[in-house]
Amino acid sequence: MNDMIEGLIRKILGPESIQLDDSAVLDPGPGKIAFTTDSFTVTPLFFPGGDIGKLAVNGTVNDLAVMGAIPLYLSCALILEEGLDMGELTKILESMRRAADYAGVKIVTGDTKVVGKGAADGIYINTAGIGIMENEALRGEIAPGDAVLINGSIGDHGVAVMAERNRLSFTRGLLSDCAPLNHLMERVASNCPGAVKFARDATRGGVASVLNEIVKNRHFSATLNEASFPVKDEVKGVCGLLGIEPLYVANEGKLVMVCDGGRAEEIVHAMRETEEGREACIIGSIGAEYPGKVVLETEIGGRRMLPLLAEEQLPRIC
Amino acid sequence: MDKELKKKLAGRLRSYGLPGPLSVMEICGTHTTEFFRTGVKDLFPDRLRLVDGPGCPVCVTPNEYLDRAIEIGKSGAVIVSFGDMIKVPSSYSSLGAERAKGMKVEVVYSPMEALELAEKDPDSEVVFLSVGFETTAPGEAAVALRAKERNVKNFSLLPGNKLTPPAVKALLESGEVRIDGFIVPGHVSSVIGSEAWEFIAEDFGKPCVIAGFEDYDLITGTLALMDMLAAGESKLVNGYARAVRPGGNPRAMEVLYRVFRAADSEWRGLGPIPSSGLEMRDEFADFDASRKFRVTLPEPREHPGCRCGELLRGLILPVDCPLFGKACSPERPVGPCMVSTEGPCAAYYKYGR
Repeated sequence: MNDMIEGLIRKILGPESIQLDDSAVLDPGPGKIAFTTDSFTVTPLFFPGGDIGKLAVNGTVNDLAVMGAIPLYLSCALILEEGLDMGELTKILESMRRAADYAGVKIVTGDTKVVGKGAADGIYINTAGIGIMENEALRGEIAPGDAVLINGSIGDHGVAVMAERNRLSFTRGLLSDCAPLNHLMERVASNCPGAVKFARDATRGGVASVLNEIVKNRHFSATLNEASFPVKDEVKGVCGLLGIEPLYVANEGKLVMVCDGGRAEEIVHAMRETEEGREACIIGSIGAEYPGKVVLETEIGGRRMLPLLAEEQLPRIC
Repeated sequence: MDKELKKKLAGRLRSYGLPGPLSVMEICGTHTTEFFRTGVKDLFPDRLRLVDGPGCPVCVTPNEYLDRAIEIGKSGAVIVSFGDMIKVPSSYSSLGAERAKGMKVEVVYSPMEALELAEKDPDSEVVFLSVGFETTAPGEAAVALRAKERNVKNFSLLPGNKLTPPAVKALLESGEVRIDGFIVPGHVSSVIGSEAWEFIAEDFGKPCVIAGFEDYDLITGTLALMDMLAAGESKLVNGYARAVRPGGNPRAMEVLYRVFRAADSEWRGLGPIPSSGLEMRDEFADFDASRKFRVTLPEPREHPGCRCGELLRGLILPVDCPLFGKACSPERPVGPCMVSTEGPCAAYYKYGR
């Protein structure tokens, strides 16, 4: 059984994916490295626009990319529930391979464990990733006057997964935004060197949570302009129906960026040159009015808070 | 609605010259949150106070109802509910806490899913928590009809549905709180019809507006109410005519009353109100969990400091409760108004700080 699985993994992910020796030996070159890990437990395993395999590659690639690192290597650890359909496993591995090729990363080490029926939910995947830092990490001094940017529509992943889970028929055509952000980050770095002060992928907790992390205990606030950020009609519809807010819904191919207000247009332009940034836009600004808070200015000009929500709106979305 | 026109109306609301301090009450959980979410509440002139009435179905459900659901769950039945109910504290526990201990509790988005669960698992008793106002009750009635038609013996509803006009009437009759005008729920009205609210203006001399849920509905509804108050008029204005007819939705009402009949009902905060709830007709006794499961209930109790009751009567705002944001928060709710997404405390906690 294990031999069969190992054979399958090696065949699809490549001969390096299960190293023959105790660890992979890498030579990423001089300079600092970025190193990260994440586990993926999404249910269902397949959803419109992606699957757990694609998510596991892009999720880790993105954690490296938003720090300003160039992702190079991934590990892939699989926990399989006894009885998992081999056809499904094959599809997931093929999807990982495609995602890794598209992002330009290599899967260089891995591990597989099989647990008894009921001890896991089909498959869990852990990936760790290494990237090289060509410049300093994107964690600059944020200040009033800075602009807040996003690379496209909000909430697609969470709603696509939820729609699949609950068989909501009216979202047909809505796809998860699951995508790697390293190409976009590299384009911005080369077109607008030094312009980005901060970037973070807006996964669990959505855009509102990232912004709260940025302003927490700081002397500045973030104000979002509701009219400016893109939300697809299907996302608005499902969120309205279920009483949740797109700004808190998980994305898997979106990042929130903070930059000097004067360089925002330039960055938006650079992002729009990439596949993952076609709908990039400015969604708000950093101000001094409500220190430590995130404020939403609604379409009619009213204001309200966007606090950090302790509750997860949707469990096991990634 | 045209964006410029919306902004113009927003400007009119912001700068409205009120004749004096005014209190208006909304009685719909969706209005509670939408006034905040859309930013319309932020546009209110200083002396206009928006009071939340008994409009959140989870909030007005008394503890005894959840106590019963939990006792039924302990007998091995699968308890199926809309998500809002899971974290609401009962007298001594909550469905969420019981689920963590092993009770079978499922969350669905439609009562029909609960029936499907029962059909898929004929060896388990499946009990759907039928809570909600006139908007959800027809759907719940339709499921009971379907269950009877298909003879699904392991399915039942635990009826906890409530009717909104009797609660508003009880509030007005009590005279406990001064409300100058009412914004009444659009969805409920689309089922029961605008005529059901005429008593507010006719019998109590208060202006009343039926409002929808978009930002412009809330703005125009509030403006209509203030215009009436400024002119000293008390009429019923249907501001949601695109969905609400005078007679409502007769088909939905027919389905509702085929399964249910009006009955006296206990409301959190308001106490017992005549003919303000729904019980299942005798023909549906087999599908009525309150008759099907004979359980012994613990002595119901309220958390000593919780002021949800006064809040639901419009006597206080969430921020007036000493527990608000301190002992009571969405992570550790003391009362239901902090749990439900439609609860006033949850809305103030989320949007208002």
